[in-house]
Amino acid sequence: MQRGKFLKATLVAAVAAVALLGAQPVSAKTFKWANDGDVNSMDPYARNETFLLSFNLNMYEGLFRRDKNLKLEPALATKVEMASPTLWRWTLRPGVKFHGGEPFSADDVVFSYGRAAGKGSNVAGNFVSVKEVRAVGKDVVEVETKYPDPLLNDKLSQIGIMSKIWAEKNNAVQTADMTKNEENFATRNANGTGPFMLKVREPDVKTILVPNPTWWDKPEHNLTEVIFQRVANDATRVAALLSGEIDMVYTVPPQDVDRIRKTAGRRVLEAPETRIVFLGFNQQLDELPDTNVKGKNPFKDKRVREAFHRAIDVEAIKRTVMRGQSRPSALMIGTGLNGYDQAMDVRPKFDPALSKKLLAEAGYPNGFETRMDCPNDRYVNDEAICQAVVAMLAKIGVKINLVAQTRGKYFAQILRTASDIEKSPQIAFYMLGWSPGATYDVHNVFEALIQTPSAKTKKGLFNAGGYSNAKFDELADKVEQETDKAKRDAMIKEATKIYLDDYAYIPLHQQVVIWAAKDNVDLVQLSDNYFPLRFVKMK
Amino acid sequence: MIAFIIRRLVQAALVMLAVAFIAFAMFNFVGDPVAIMAGQDLPAEQRIELRKSLGLDDPTPVRFARFVGNAVQGKFGLSYRTAEPVGKMIVERLPATLELSVMAMIVALAVGIPMGVFSGLYPQHWLSRAMMTVSLIGISLPTFLIGILLILIFAVMLGWLPSFGRGDVIRIGGWSTGLLSVSGWKAIILPAITLGLFQMTLIMRLVRSEMLEVLRTDYIKFARARGLSNRAVHFGHALKNTLVPVITITGLQLGSIIAFAIITETVFSWPGVGLLFLQSVQAVDIPVMAAYLVAIGLLFVLINLIVDILYFVVDPRLRSQSAKAGAK
Repeated sequence: MQRGKFLKATLVAAVAAVALLGAQPVSAKTFKWANDGDVNSMDPYARNETFLLSFNLNMYEGLFRRDKNLKLEPALATKVEMASPTLWRWTLRPGVKFHGGEPFSADDVVFSYGRAAGKGSNVAGNFVSVKEVRAVGKDVVEVETKYPDPLLNDKLSQIGIMSKIWAEKNNAVQTADMTKNEENFATRNANGTGPFMLKVREPDVKTILVPNPTWWDKPEHNLTEVIFQRVANDATRVAALLSGEIDMVYTVPPQDVDRIRKTAGRRVLEAPETRIVFLGFNQQLDELPDTNVKGKNPFKDKRVREAFHRAIDVEAIKRTVMRGQSRPSALMIGTGLNGYDQAMDVRPKFDPALSKKLLAEAGYPNGFETRMDCPNDRYVNDEAICQAVVAMLAKIGVKINLVAQTRGKYFAQILRTASDIEKSPQIAFYMLGWSPGATYDVHNVFEALIQTPSAKTKKGLFNAGGYSNAKFDELADKVEQETDKAKRDAMIKEATKIYLDDYAYIPLHQQVVIWAAKDNVDLVQLSDNYFPLRFVKMK
Repeated sequence: MIAFIIRRLVQAALVMLAVAFIAFAMFNFVGDPVAIMAGQDLPAEQRIELRKSLGLDDPTPVRFARFVGNAVQGKFGLSYRTAEPVGKMIVERLPATLELSVMAMIVALAVGIPMGVFSGLYPQHWLSRAMMTVSLIGISLPTFLIGILLILIFAVMLGWLPSFGRGDVIRIGGWSTGLLSVSGWKAIILPAITLGLFQMTLIMRLVRSEMLEVLRTDYIKFARARGLSNRAVHFGHALKNTLVPVITITGLQLGSIIAFAIITETVFSWPGVGLLFLQSVQAVDIPVMAAYLVAIGLLFVLINLIVDILYFVVDPRLRSQSAKAGAK
């Protein structure tokens, strides 16, 4: 009797233990992370913004992908070759399947590129040089370009490949059409080949991903589930990390960095971001808006621009306004990108006395009065930086009336309109930030910010101040098409020297990307602010 | 009664038209959505195309007519931010906001009325004085601060309650509710208290002063003279007569609780329409902002209508007046 009872108890315990083991696999690793905003769409071509592209590249993959050092490595393609300066050829990886089980082939690539370049897509900018995309059999894709485009593979690595069969079946062959009142299937669903699959999508609440069991690559991560939540309020997001409800915060407010650092079991990750925040001058109008200098534009005089440059103490901005979280820069391109040149990254010396002298030489011994436009919710501490600049310029006698406003209104006011590129916006002195989006190459900076705004060439759309130098334009055009690396680098150097010598802009700094995580989360922080989940490991 | 309701409905329609005009005016004044949507690499031709497809280049009267025409059918277009239909976005998030608001109102009433009654009956009692002091804090501290303090205490330090979100949500038809799961109840406690605190103190102070007023009136003295029990006098006669202003305030405040849950929703990342509105403002998502304004306008109009009808039920004088007016 006694023995029977004992046996029974042992059996029950054993069964319970097995049941427990079954219910909770030892390796269950759920990774929870949060950001202040949601991913706006599951459609990889819906928006050209870092967070959306980065998130969706966990589910969709390009032909190439970026490794931990931002270098390209093969993904859905195994190799790429340039058959001629205008013909690129990719050999596709065999045996890859989409999350839904559809086999991956050259047709999907042709379809996806067509969709990404087509109506409603916001990443079409990557296809400007493309003349034709064609499949050669099942495993080879060829792209013919209108002119030599050395950066094509970089640009296209951003374009995740979508299943053609799936898109056609679900009526999602093009990105959502804003003129209709219909939702596109791909906005809330996803079918790529990437390391993670979409399990739950509740916009603005949570998005759950699970690993793709049939992924072609060997997973480096050890996650079994990823829960992304959106926590809008800064203080709450930090509180959720401190209380342990989430494992990682993507956007950390600078004022909370110290608090997180002091909390046991939490750490802060920092890296300079690729974006450069800079100040620009209007060098196009004959008379600035809101100024006491009538009949001429002081910013057309290089000495005035140099005086401004030398009057701004970027180290002081770093110390006080940015709380140490910036990396001062002399160039219009950030570290780690193609075209960054350390030897040239030396700022002209901060020298207010010389500034005053330069202003006097230029004919403004008592300074002058003008306006500065600034966003107040776009870059880290943007308005505070502008206030500091205004105070520094006051010391050399320049009186500045600061106008700071929300980004929607700000960009509408200071940027050129696409339909009338050559017309100068009514601005004098302004702030902008720029990161060479898809290409990680300085040519994007040249073309968008420094080349002369022209309705014919469509260059200089973001050159709000209208800086113009014919020699620079010519060099930048050559850089665009030069496929010989050494020659191209030499031209980049020459062009860089031109805009620096002209004091075309005042580069301020690279912001520092700040993430925070629990100590048991191992992840890779990239300077382009992408967050690939495939590098995340949990202990 | 019916004439009264019809009159109110006509007024409501006029108010709604005015709200629609203001909502529409935003399309002209809050900035350029293309600059936000397009991202930096979109070529010039496609920017022009995008403007066209959003209808931003049409003349203003044409756009207003189109806006009202669509709004009447409940069509507000696609969100500039997410490309989802705006109507669907709002309807999906409405249950969260309504649950939170109603919960906050229940908290406010369930705590505020008894406190008000007590401090009205015993104004000199130390507990009444304590309540008055605490209520002063409730009125003077801003919502976001209270929310963050509660998070700090109950989520970070004690770890009892979640700091954000709505917990597990269960779908019943088109309605998603968090009130059927433990995590849902846990999640609603802090935001409901935060949102309801101001209303609670308001109601408490209102009930208290009304009670003091009513207790001085002649009919209370007569009721006492008739030998009615304290309970009957206090709750049967006094409290009932304090309720007309309480109903007015509750009704109006329910509207503003729903409309201004924005701050509480942001602090707790509560996935309701307020949070949606805030994110839309940041992204210059004009269709969502416009639809939100119209929806909130409609809500206020409806609540006021219901409150007006409730007066009829509670206050017999209004009934007899309108009966007389009808007889004439």
